[in-house]
Formats: sequence, C-alpha cells, structure tokens
Amino acid sequence: MNKTVTVTLAALLCVGAAACSKKNTKPAPLPEQQPVAQTQAPTSDGKYQPSDLDTDACLRQRVVYFDFDKNDVKPEFQQIIACHAKYLQDRPQSAMTLEGNTDERGTREYNLGLGERRGNAVSSALQAAGGSAGQINVTSYGKEKPTCREHNEDCWAKNRRVEIVYTAK
Amino acid sequence: MNPPMRRTLSRLVLLLAALAALVAGPAAAQSLNVEIVGGLKTAIPIAVVPFAQAGGAPLPTDVADVIRADFNRSGKFRSLDKNDIVETPSQGSDVKFATWRLLKQDYLTIGRISDAGGGMLKVEYELWDVNRQQSLLAQSFTAPAGDLRGVAHQIADQIYEKITGVRGAFWTRIAYITAVGVGNNTTYSLIVADSDGYNPQVVARSRESLLGPAWSPDGSKIAYVSFESGNSQVYVQNISTGSRSLIASHPRGINSAPAWSPDGSKLAVSLSYVGNPEIFVIDVASRTETRLTNNFAIDTEPTFTPDGQSIIFTSDRSGKPQLYQMSASGGAAQRLTFQGGFNASASVSYDGKQIAMVQGNGNVYRIAIMDRSLGGQVRFVSPGNVDDSPSFAPNASMLLYAASQGTRGVLYAVSADGLVRQRLVLSDGDVREPSWGPYRQR
Repeated sequence: MNKTVTVTLAALLCVGAAACSKKNTKPAPLPEQQPVAQTQAPTSDGKYQPSDLDTDACLRQRVVYFDFDKNDVKPEFQQIIACHAKYLQDRPQSAMTLEGNTDERGTREYNLGLGERRGNAVSSALQAAGGSAGQINVTSYGKEKPTCREHNEDCWAKNRRVEIVYTAK
Repeated sequence: MNPPMRRTLSRLVLLLAALAALVAGPAAAQSLNVEIVGGLKTAIPIAVVPFAQAGGAPLPTDVADVIRADFNRSGKFRSLDKNDIVETPSQGSDVKFATWRLLKQDYLTIGRISDAGGGMLKVEYELWDVNRQQSLLAQSFTAPAGDLRGVAHQIADQIYEKITGVRGAFWTRIAYITAVGVGNNTTYSLIVADSDGYNPQVVARSRESLLGPAWSPDGSKIAYVSFESGNSQVYVQNISTGSRSLIASHPRGINSAPAWSPDGSKLAVSLSYVGNPEIFVIDVASRTETRLTNNFAIDTEPTFTPDGQSIIFTSDRSGKPQLYQMSASGGAAQRLTFQGGFNASASVSYDGKQIAMVQGNGNVYRIAIMDRSLGGQVRFVSPGNVDDSPSFAPNASMLLYAASQGTRGVLYAVSADGLVRQRLVLSDGDVREPSWGPYRQR
C-alpha cells in the first residue's frame, strides 16, 4: 500500500470517527522529500520551522485543485494536506487562510458558495490530519480571482482551486 | 441579413461611433455598438427629424439621435435612418405627410430647441400619426444643455408609452462593476450610468472585487458587496452623498447577494457564518437579521417578488442549482425550474409574470426567460457561452446581462423578445454585474 493511500485512509477513518484522538490523527510520515528539502537541516525534534515554508518541497505546494462543480479533495492532494497539517500541529502559533476559487461557469454568487465549500473541504481534511480549527480561516472568492482567463477546460482546471495562504508562521 | 439592412446598420454604427467620439469627459472612454440580430419586421417604423435649433451655441447633444437610438434598442420600433430624412419640418404646419407615407413611416417626431433664458433651453416636440395626419403628443421641457440627453430619454419614454401603451424605461439608470488592470493592480469600480451607457459616474472604487449592485426601490441608494476587508461584506451607499453603511459583515463566511424588498425597508442576503450559505432578511433600519432557510445546500441570489410576499432564490438542495420560491417570512420552498442542469440568478419582471435567469446546459450558459403562465417553459434571449446576471428594465421590455468577448467582460442590453441586442463596451477592462435601476421621478 503506497503512502498516499495510507494518508487518505487515515483521513477518512478520522472523519468517520466521532472523536479522533490526537494519536490517530497524527499524519503518516512525510511524503518523499525533494532534494531541496533534504538539504535543510531538520530540527532535532523533527518539527517544521517557518523557514521550511520556503524550502520544503511539500510545504511549498499551496494549491489544491478540484473537479467541476465538486468539492471533494482528490487523493493526489492528500500529501499536501498532510504536510500542512503537520506544520499547523508543529507550529501552534501559525495560521492560514484557505482561499476558495472556481472556474467561470455559473453565476458569481453560486460560485462564491462553491468556493467556500472547497475551502471548507480542505479545512476539514487539514483538521482530520491534525490541524486545529482555530488556525484555519476560509474565504471564498468564487470566480473573482481567476489565474487563467481563457474559455477552455485547461484554463478552468487551473481556476478550480483552494490556495493555502499563511497569515502567521 | 439583407444588404440594404446591413448598409443601414453600418451607417448606424458609424453614427454612434461618431457620436461617442463627440462626447467629452468620462463618456468618451466608451463606445457603443448596436447589433441587430433580426426579427425587425414587426418593429414599428418611426421617423425622428433632427430638432431645429433657433440660434445659440452648438449643443452638446443631438436630441433626435438619442431618441432614435433608444427606439432602435427597444426592438419595438425601427427608426428611419438619419440619412434618409429628406425634409426637416420642426412644426406640425410644416409637415408634408405624403413624403413620410412614401417613406413608409407610421409615426413622425419633430421638435425644436430654443433659449429659455437663465442658461436653460426649451425643448418642444410633437408626435404625429402619419396615416391619420393626427397630432398625438405635443410637449415641452425646460432643462440646461447638460441635461439634453435626459430630456431626449424622457421624450422617447412618452412616445413609447403613447404608441405601445407601456411606460417607457429609457430615462432610467443602470449600475455595473468594472475591473481595470491586471492581477494585483486591478481596480474595481461601481459605476452608475444612463440606461444607454452614457454619463458613467464612479460610485465606489476598490482594489478588491466588488459585486452584486442592487438599486433601492427609490433609486437613491445602491447595496453592493465589497471584498475590501479581505472577506465579502454588504454595504449600502447613498448615490448622491456617497455616505455608506455596513449592513452585513460577519467575519466568518460569505456576506453577499443583497436584494431590496419593494418597500425599501429590508435587504435579503446570503450569509454563511452559520456554516453554509443561507437566505436571511435584514431590516435596514434596525439591522435585525432573520434567517429564512436552513439546510446543507448553497442558498443564494434572493430576490423579492414585486408584491413583496415571496422570495425567489437559487439553491442546490436537489443536487444542482435551481430556482425556488418561498414566503418572504421563510418556510417551505417550492421548486420553480426543472429544465436545464443549472438555473440561477433570477430577475423578476415588474408584474411578476416573467422570471429571467442564467440557464446552463453543458458548457453553455445563456439568459433564459420563463413565462409563469406557460409553466416551466423558457425562451433564450442570449447566445452564450458564459452569460450572467440578467436584470429586467422596470417595464420588462428589455434586459441587461453580462457576457464575455474574448477574455473581456461586456454588457448587453437585449429586448425581452431576444430580437435586438446592443453591446456596451468600455475601452479597456472588464464590465460585469449589470443592474437596471427603477423609474426616475420627474
């Protein structure tokens, strides 16, 4: 069983359980690190430091993408969820805003709701993986902040996203 | 389109372009483009003769041009091309009816402008029935030169009502949002302009997104959504004084989609601080919030019916967004739309009989109108593919909506039968979120 699946299962189990002990929600070992991350000297206790936000290959990934009109966090994003949840856990003083976005199809107001659903889905996944609700704020921009403005699926796929923005490190 | 009509059209476009170029100030930044999409056979032929001017400085506005453009946009009238007007009577006694009969005109508008003293102008006009050689209207207005466009729209309204029996809505204003610039350097503006796009004035400006302008029923205030704080908040702003107040600003979740009750005392909004977007009604004076919906769906885009008794809104409680109607005090909601996978953003006609909406089928989102007396059947009035924000004129003869031209947002005004469309384009930037204001008080 590969790591991604393990993390997914852990998250699912935790969501399903009425109460997750801290031990259960502890994320699986960090996903494969890129060379960049390995050159960083980890602190002796294995906890993330603010500098890791700029250097750690996993923490540097801050965007979760979604399918059309969907808000489920896809398995390929679980490792991003896991490392950011670990950061929140390692750094209790840290905080983030999850910015929910959509593609251009549909009305602006409905897309505000959809963007919020996506933000909430990422928030739930982070909490399931060890982050605490008090560290996470969700803001929806709907289709107000596209990164791409063409009318095709490639472009829409880039816009259906939640961006993780740290507001305290 | 046949060649003569195309020629007439290109003349019309040239004329409008020339007209736009003549207008000084902020209005010069925009150009107007008329696109006739067919079906004009039923439109009523009417000639509007250039108004005679008795001396004085050249006027900033050609009143007859403005009236002609109003008529052409409405889809109800087809005004005779300026270049085909061979005689220019300015009083009833000068009219040779045979000439206008030969030109196949049913109606004739003539007029004259004179100095009324004190910086004011007197604008007189007459409407004639060509076949009966009968005077139908003879009225006059006194106004400063700077308000000649307003006078022209009021003349168009009176003629429209006299001939069709329906109150005209040319002398009204519209609101919309513009986004100029790229990325973090984008400036968003809430603009109020005449119904034909002229005289744009900035009401609010922000570095963050603005959304959903909604006119108060008396036309004095606009409710809108601003992201200036980082999150969505609902403001109400007085258009003439600029003073504004924060109406909904829960730190958690969405504060959006304001819509006025017909008596102007309440705003329906969508708030999600309770966990997901729900419809609330806020009493504007006391700021008391009343929650109307309670489920796990997205409930948004509320709009009051004209009698104030019901609220029509968008909900995806059935899986996909559809329109629902409930009592203005909440309770059970009845689903209104069943055709199409996406129905949202309702605009209700003044008589409550028609509901305009965005209908999505696959990747095509168009403006559709449902006639409530015909069940759930709709007619499409826009071609797609990413059309949004329909807004009925106060007489429901036309709608405004937002569309996309390449990667830019543009606005269209379309006749309610879908047969005549006019595009309003700014020289740069995006235009979106149009809202047609109420009738103005004389």
